[in-house]
Amino acid sequence: MKKNWMEIPKGGLIIDSNTSLENKTGDWRSMKPEFIPEKCIHCMKCVFYCPESCIPTTAGDHPKRLETNFEYCKGCGICANVCPKNAIVMKEEEKD
Amino acid sequence: MMNLFDFAKKAHKLLPGHRSCAGCPAPIVARAILSATDDEVVVSNATGCLEVVTTIYPQSSWNIPFIHNTFENAAATISGVETAYRSLKKSGRINQNRKIRFVAFGGDGGTYDIGLQSLSAALERGHTFTYVCYDNEGYMNTGGQRSSATPIGANTTTDPVGEVRVGKQESRKDLMKIVAAHHIPYAAQASLSNWPDLLKKAQKALSTEGPSFLLVLSPCVAVWKIKPDMAVELSRLAVDTCFWPLYEIEDGKFRLNFDPAGNKLPIAEFLKHQGRYKHLLEPKNKKLLDRLQAEVDHEFEKIKKLSEIGISVF
Repeated sequence: MKKNWMEIPKGGLIIDSNTSLENKTGDWRSMKPEFIPEKCIHCMKCVFYCPESCIPTTAGDHPKRLETNFEYCKGCGICANVCPKNAIVMKEEEKD
Repeated sequence: MMNLFDFAKKAHKLLPGHRSCAGCPAPIVARAILSATDDEVVVSNATGCLEVVTTIYPQSSWNIPFIHNTFENAAATISGVETAYRSLKKSGRINQNRKIRFVAFGGDGGTYDIGLQSLSAALERGHTFTYVCYDNEGYMNTGGQRSSATPIGANTTTDPVGEVRVGKQESRKDLMKIVAAHHIPYAAQASLSNWPDLLKKAQKALSTEGPSFLLVLSPCVAVWKIKPDMAVELSRLAVDTCFWPLYEIEDGKFRLNFDPAGNKLPIAEFLKHQGRYKHLLEPKNKKLLDRLQAEVDHEFEKIKKLSEIGISVF
């Protein structure tokens, strides 16, 4: 990832898009959202309100919520807060 | 009318890996508003939290063309880009059927204070663009100095709570009316908590010919001193206490989109979750709290009356 001054684009431009995907923000997390699929009604509120947009969904006209992408989840807990069915519970992160 | 299924199906224009504080709603605001159009989008961004966290060199979280210029220049930059687009289209170097929308993002520092003159000029020139101000009520990126969007009584680093002065003593600037005074076709104030309203306003703004303006509350986790999961909840309380009325000004006509009426909460309900207002709920500061409540009530009644009258203020 580190480049020397000869290799970087001129003028401070960032030529490629989406390059922040390299930055895995998941290691900031101290609380972890636990998803309980049985309770989920797939209303997509957590998908809309996730600041990291790290809740994936299935394709199609009625998308289904999938497990959170923990590579990027910062554990803010907004998803648990907006969930109308309490299908997301915040738990202490276990570090190994 | 767009719903959350439509939102989930769309490719996001702002991707993960950005370095915003956990629970910061500014990326939600940006993503939600940009999802409201299927056209190509070019974004310019004033210096501020959103710009800093999404474009830390050499990485970018945007998968659309993005320009950052100086603090005061977001509106001036996007108006130049829009003019270049029109010129290229006229000379045939851009296909006539290709439609590109232009969006400028600014925080309250880059909109209410530093970028006000360039915003005013861009609105006056009538470029077709949407200016989005995500209002976190202060200069949060540099540690929480007061801005002209900070409400009365808030504890900021430049207006600290002390023996003589208790937080900021001045009222916040009424930016919506300043923007509307440019006689632009569409200006709206929205909140994250009411997503149908937010998406509807974003769709309206992004399909307007001529300048449009959106003002969205963006509770700051770090400086408002709230819990990281509270941003959406606080947006809701701001609306329910009438601190943040949801309304739009379309061709000069006010329209109130939500009236809590009997369920209106006292302003203390909104303040009690915020560390920056801890002092305001003490009995000795009741006078200041009453002043804030009176201003909120007055402002809401004014908007309500204007929307009932239904005549253009232009």
